[in-house]
Amino acid sequence: MSTFEFLLQGLASAMLPMNLIYALIGVTLGTMVGVLPGIGPATTVALLLPVTYQLDATGSLIMFAGIYYGGMYGGSTTSILLNTPGESSSIVTALEGNKMARAGRGGPALATAAIGSFVAGLIATLALAFVAPYIVKLALVFGPREYFALMVLAFITVSSAFGNSALRGLTSLFIGLSLSLVGIDQLTGQNRLSFGVPDLLDGIEVTTMAVAMFAIGETLFIAAQGEQAPDKVEAIRGSVWMTASDWARSWKAWLRGTVIGFPIGAMPAGGAEIGTFLSYATEKRLTKHPEEFGNGAIEGVAGPEAANNASAAGTLVPLLTLGLPTSATAAIMLAGFQQYGLQPGPLLFATNPQLVWGLIASLLIANLMLLVLNLPLVGLWVKLLTIPKPWLYAGILVFATLGTIGANPSVFELGMLLVFGLVAYVMRVFDYPIAPVIVGLILGPLAEQQLRRALAISQGDVTTLVQSPIAAVLLALAAIALILPLILRFRGRGNVLSQMAASED
Amino acid sequence: MKHFFLASILAGAIALPAAAADYSIMAPAAPGGGWDQTARTMQTALQTEKISNKVQVMNVPGAGGTIGIAQFASQQKGNPNQLLVGGYVMVGAILTNKSPVTLKDVTPIARLTGEYEVIVVPASSDIKSVADLTAKLKANPGSVSWGGGSAGGTDHITAGLIAKAAGVDPTKVNYIAFSGGGEALAAILGGQVTAGISSYGEFEGQIKAGALRLLAISSDKKIEGINAPTLKESGLDVVIQNWRMVAAAPGLSDDQKKAIAADIEKLAKSKTWQDSLKTKGWIDTYLSGPAFEAQLAKDIAATESILKDIGLVK
Repeated sequence: MSTFEFLLQGLASAMLPMNLIYALIGVTLGTMVGVLPGIGPATTVALLLPVTYQLDATGSLIMFAGIYYGGMYGGSTTSILLNTPGESSSIVTALEGNKMARAGRGGPALATAAIGSFVAGLIATLALAFVAPYIVKLALVFGPREYFALMVLAFITVSSAFGNSALRGLTSLFIGLSLSLVGIDQLTGQNRLSFGVPDLLDGIEVTTMAVAMFAIGETLFIAAQGEQAPDKVEAIRGSVWMTASDWARSWKAWLRGTVIGFPIGAMPAGGAEIGTFLSYATEKRLTKHPEEFGNGAIEGVAGPEAANNASAAGTLVPLLTLGLPTSATAAIMLAGFQQYGLQPGPLLFATNPQLVWGLIASLLIANLMLLVLNLPLVGLWVKLLTIPKPWLYAGILVFATLGTIGANPSVFELGMLLVFGLVAYVMRVFDYPIAPVIVGLILGPLAEQQLRRALAISQGDVTTLVQSPIAAVLLALAAIALILPLILRFRGRGNVLSQMAASED
Repeated sequence: MKHFFLASILAGAIALPAAAADYSIMAPAAPGGGWDQTARTMQTALQTEKISNKVQVMNVPGAGGTIGIAQFASQQKGNPNQLLVGGYVMVGAILTNKSPVTLKDVTPIARLTGEYEVIVVPASSDIKSVADLTAKLKANPGSVSWGGGSAGGTDHITAGLIAKAAGVDPTKVNYIAFSGGGEALAAILGGQVTAGISSYGEFEGQIKAGALRLLAISSDKKIEGINAPTLKESGLDVVIQNWRMVAAAPGLSDDQKKAIAADIEKLAKSKTWQDSLKTKGWIDTYLSGPAFEAQLAKDIAATESILKDIGLVK
């Protein structure tokens, strides 16, 4: 049978009424648990996987696909509405999404996230079905030096995308980089900056940091303003639905997000958050409304959310084709597959075509169910914002705290949450952007490890970094991204850049 | 806490248990890893075989299990319903992290499973045998980069032992630690490193598909169905297995300890457990009582000495 026939067969079995109900249950459960801050998709899937064991293979794969996509999507809801990202890949969503929500545009933000997730999920799942074997070959070409070059590119494009003052942005970035040094060094197993505190051995948890920086810092900031604070939170302004201009600004961002997210998700050491960072930086460069970035630009939600979901599907590429679990979620899925005696790996497509195509068809169905479930809920979710401010922020504090303890039950973790919340408050008061702190915390260790691995493999020969064509191209792009704006500004022709951006359309 | 709560609601919804919780198993690692899978497989088997009515799994990730074991030893003292999953990696992590809490502070019950380490190279590599590899290693230790799991873990220790057995200074081993089997496998397949080292299960699919060449396995004797010489047969006196164990809380009475050991023995002999071992490709290395304690002490001493040789422990 051909690829296409297998897929149709899988779709036919996934469309059976009972299986559709399983998909709906899976998506609902996944979204419900995913909405809780601090509980990312990995934990959601781990918690809910046993539910699927009671079903037959097809039914459980479908429910499982629903849980996976539901969990991925659930995190963005809390990011947008409450500014408490549940996992690192929805941090960027909080940046613009929450600003939109406060400006009464929570509805369009949630809708563009849901539709963007659907579009990206659809394209990426189809890509998984048809080009997985090619993508995986490309992903394997990426070794430590290529990853290092990618990280350099990410640093440069991303750090220029946050905030208006380069100095303040860089200061924040370096706070993040310093914090990222804490913990056991991956390559030698030695402790760094942990000061004998066992809780610091594994470094500073990104989600704890994100929740502290976004939710706690913000709550303190609002509380400190007391009665004088202008009541900026406006639940609904204009339509709850996306306007024509929202659509026009979103669709290209969705597609670009998908194109960025899928291959990065497929890379064994890529990680979903890097795709979201790059997508955000791309959207900020290309937008025709640069003034809206930082104040709630819809592209800044649409692109990263699409990238996030596309990379979720991308993660399945190495899992299904090589048996490589490249994320915690994928590792749990691997355990799930083994329940049916299914051994993901190079022979899977040949030995178990029914199950593989069943899974891919299930993902497509789950993706559709996600949209069906979430679009009607948008109206309900935005009502959350009509809760009086003291209640809303008290609720955010409770959720943030519960989520942190839920993910990491320790008193120390809670202490860190509060301390970094205070740090974030001070940073806000002095107008330092907080997102670069998180970027530094995530990208810092990746860049460092890959650089050291590359140098260890070459036995200290630095030229290895530019000897691979891919790494050289990526580094050249990074250099251009760094130097070009400087040259243009120097020549007083900064407007060329915006023209270039405009001519992209 | 919420984990617990959710897990118990879900478990309750599915199994509708009649009695109160019997066991709570701590997996001192994030969901998805070997310890987590061991804990969850135990959970299923204990419940299916009706050894325990309700079993919960709790994840306390961090630092090779040293965070989990520290929390377990301090909070569960004298509690006969608590179990901790651990293994060989924990032995190394306790030493490298200078953890104040060690396996002496809990009550080891039994070794359950194990996986042997294998040495692989990409199919395109000109290294055809362990002899080729050791020749290259002797000529220039740095030129052989070994890709494997976390620093100080079983893979790293195996690389150190191989170098030592081949008469090469173990501190010169160019070991490239990756954050997980998956990432290491990608680097090996992509030809980024010279050789790969990990448990057999990690590489099985690729070996069968012909993408990786299996050079040797770290077992004592040849394993049926695995077409490779042992390291011993290849002239390197190295036998090592990445085992996993279960421990109980400290401060238990002898009767409590016996009762737990009896339950674990039932588990290890049960059909559900044996079937799961097969699907997961784990080897049954069940060992309990004084024999296990003696083996554990031996493993700890050997690990400490090789970690000192590699230079990870001063």
